[in-house]
Amino acid sequence: MNLYLWLIPVLPFVGFLINGLLGRRLPKALVSTVALAFPLAAFGVVLRAAMLAWPGNGNFSLPYVENFAGSWINAGLLHVDFSFALDQLTLVMLLIITGVGFLIHIYSIGYMAHEEGYWRYFAYLNLFLFFMLTLVLAENYLLMFVGWEGVGLASYLLIGFYFDKKSAADAGKKAFVVNRVGDFGFLLGMFLLLSQFGSLSLGKIGDALALNPGQHGGILTAIALCLVVGACGKSAQIPLYIWLPDAMEGPTPVSALIHAATMVTAGVYMIARTHGIFDRSPFALAVVAIIGAATAFFAATIALVQTDIKRVLAYSTISQLGYMFLGCGVAAYSAAIFHLMTHAFFKALLFLAAGSVIHGLNGEQNMLKMGGLRKKMPVTFLTMTMGVAAIAGIPIWAGFFSKDAILYEAFQHGVLGRSLYFVGLVTAFLTSFYMFRLWYLTFFGESRTSTTSLGEHGASVHARSDTRLVLEAEPSHAVHESPWSMLGPLVILAVLSFVGGWVGIERFGQFLSPVTGPIIDPALEPGGKSLDITLTVVAVAIAAIGWFFARLYYGRKSERPGQIVAAMPGVYSLLVHKYWIDELYSNIIVKPLTLASRYVLGWLGEGAIIRGSAWLLAGIATLLGELVRRWQSGNLRSYSAWLAAGAAVLLVFAIASALFGLHSFDFAIAWAGR
Amino acid sequence: MHLVLFLIFAGFCLAGAVNLLLQTHPINSALSLIVVMSSLAVLYLLLGAEFLAIAQIIVYAGAVMVLFTFVVMLLNVGVEEKTHGSKIARVIGFPAVIVVLDVIGTVIVEAQRHMGAISLSQPITTTQDLSRVLFRDMLLPFELTSVLILIAILGAVALARKEGHS
Amino acid sequence: MPQSLLNDVPSSWYLLLSALLFTLGVVGFLIKRNLITVFMSIELMLNAVNLSFVTFAHEWHAVKGQIFVFFVMVVAAAEAAVGLAIIIAIFRARNTLNVDQIDLMKL
Repeated sequence: MNLYLWLIPVLPFVGFLINGLLGRRLPKALVSTVALAFPLAAFGVVLRAAMLAWPGNGNFSLPYVENFAGSWINAGLLHVDFSFALDQLTLVMLLIITGVGFLIHIYSIGYMAHEEGYWRYFAYLNLFLFFMLTLVLAENYLLMFVGWEGVGLASYLLIGFYFDKKSAADAGKKAFVVNRVGDFGFLLGMFLLLSQFGSLSLGKIGDALALNPGQHGGILTAIALCLVVGACGKSAQIPLYIWLPDAMEGPTPVSALIHAATMVTAGVYMIARTHGIFDRSPFALAVVAIIGAATAFFAATIALVQTDIKRVLAYSTISQLGYMFLGCGVAAYSAAIFHLMTHAFFKALLFLAAGSVIHGLNGEQNMLKMGGLRKKMPVTFLTMTMGVAAIAGIPIWAGFFSKDAILYEAFQHGVLGRSLYFVGLVTAFLTSFYMFRLWYLTFFGESRTSTTSLGEHGASVHARSDTRLVLEAEPSHAVHESPWSMLGPLVILAVLSFVGGWVGIERFGQFLSPVTGPIIDPALEPGGKSLDITLTVVAVAIAAIGWFFARLYYGRKSERPGQIVAAMPGVYSLLVHKYWIDELYSNIIVKPLTLASRYVLGWLGEGAIIRGSAWLLAGIATLLGELVRRWQSGNLRSYSAWLAAGAAVLLVFAIASALFGLHSFDFAIAWAGR
Repeated sequence: MHLVLFLIFAGFCLAGAVNLLLQTHPINSALSLIVVMSSLAVLYLLLGAEFLAIAQIIVYAGAVMVLFTFVVMLLNVGVEEKTHGSKIARVIGFPAVIVVLDVIGTVIVEAQRHMGAISLSQPITTTQDLSRVLFRDMLLPFELTSVLILIAILGAVALARKEGHS
Repeated sequence: MPQSLLNDVPSSWYLLLSALLFTLGVVGFLIKRNLITVFMSIELMLNAVNLSFVTFAHEWHAVKGQIFVFFVMVVAAAEAAVGLAIIIAIFRARNTLNVDQIDLMKL
């Protein structure tokens, strides 16, 4: 019984080919159908595989490896196959990617309805699905890297979708370049893996590790750290997070799918996959945990003062990814993946709802110009509320379970874990605060949307207001609710954000344990179940306090935010300018690099080497010419003098060889004979 | 006897040659050259080449040198200007000449071991012997040289006549 | 003077003489300014070589050596004729026989 794993990525790829090659000429309805049909088909295959391979059904033993195209590379020590592998972790990822992805495809039908590059958008989106599915299905690191790079490419294409807008094009470039830096780390990690284990196959590496249970640290730490660099690039952690806020230049569904639910989680997925190596290196785990906690806190502080609704969500994503890294860093891989899943639900929901708001306001993204949308966009309001509750960690919403699991595991993980727990706790407070700030600013209070800003846009713009990629001009609308193509997925995701955590960390961890290792039973840990409950109560309290403060400051029109800013101008400036990190990178890295390359290319390459060698050749020819020209004087005596000199030399040579027995003939013969 | 003759006429040769170099007017150089040719004729005789000695007198001294003298007198350029040779030539040239001469001399002296001596009592190569080889073995080159002379005559006439003649 | 030396002159002396004459011819060829004098130095060189040939012909009892001298004489005569004709032509064109002033190919 074949699971047909290879169909899962290939189906979206076919969709990419059709829409990419022919989409320009096809009618929009056909493009939409193609764009929806293939991801749906892929989802179908995933469901079938899930049903067949569910542990307990007895048909398959996971991991199920399928070599679908034979051997790929066979060079000396390096043997890489085209192999996909399905196990519990991959299954979870597949369900998320295809499920949430499909929902976002439906949403995009409505959101991008009036865009000029409609076919291009869906082609890229399908391409992204293809690469992402390859990434999670890959049985070896090289195939995973193909998917890794590919999602980076798709991300670049989609961020720069409005390519004639300079900020969008720049953002795309930035994302790609920063990802590249991370990929460099991934490559180094792969090289080290190859040299250490002789293979890049996950199965073979796992077997090799199992053979050597005492191996710790050393090269394994090096491998782990290199892979962490890669993960930081993809998952937007310190120091490679800078591309994610800029990536908001892309269309909002793209932000939802790629930069919230799936691509950025690839780093977490990779660490969970490689947990075998990470477990052997406490140092690397500590690094991951510290990076995660620091990033979570750092990003949360920046999100406090952002005014663009998408930027708040972007920094929120970075912060939540930090939580996942923290989870991995305290070896609670199943908790991290659990949070990955719930985060996919509620972050996608938040982004899509924000998109709905933006769409309803004809392109306005500044929260200070929003307000009072509760009555005008009720469905959006309700669904967004579900998302905010989930991310803030309100009990029984999804985020509560997963975040709590991570914090509990952190607390139990020694001194470092405990200190990082407190960082995580403060970050939870900040998260709750800024999310409810967003909630209040957007939906409550009086409408700050000026009618002039609406009237300026004579054409109804369903995306960014200042692109010229608008096909149709409709009469300007007042603030309106979005069509059901957009609201449908919102509702589904809202339901998932509500119930998504009910599976509970214990059952989830048990499900994943063949892959990620045994789970911790709170009853057996120091502190017992009561500690678990205490920490949970603390977390809930913190979330509630955050909500309280947000209501205080933003619930009604109040002067308090202004007062705080006036009281701490330095801190405020630091946060608003995102800790000046972008400027720092620009001055320390980008400018010297540009200068150096300009120098190398311009002066050295162009000037010295190319022009220099041309000058040199010409110079040599001219010089020789000058020298030899003097010889042709026309002077008879000079000619005869040289003649005589030449004759004399020949004469001396002949006599000398005769006198001293220089038998050149014999020499040659002796040489040849040897 | 042989030695005395050799020394006298070798001396004449060298004197004439050196004089050729030292004289400024070409006519004096030509006359010196005639002396050299004649002395060489005697030396040929001493070496037993009677025909060549006479040929030397008749052809070289009698025809070629006369030709030279005619041309000198015809053109009448007069005394040669003082030559300003380059310093380099003077510095390198004279030692070089002496060195080359030395080298050649060494070789010749070395070769003396393998060579004999010339004496007057050795047989002379008669004209008969010469003509036997010339008209039998070397007939073709002989005929070709006559063609060569013909060409030379034609060439000389063509080169030396005044322009304008058809 | 030993009797042997009085009657037998070593062959190498003739050859040395020939070398000397040849060297003097080369020097004259290089030093002299008058075209005709240069030409005469060439004749001197040829004569020196002739002497050498005759010496060796006598040494090895080879008549061919003297035949060769014969041919050299013929060629030298022809060459002298043609060469002097050229010199006359040059003089007509340049009005000088100074070797240093005849340094252009085109007449």
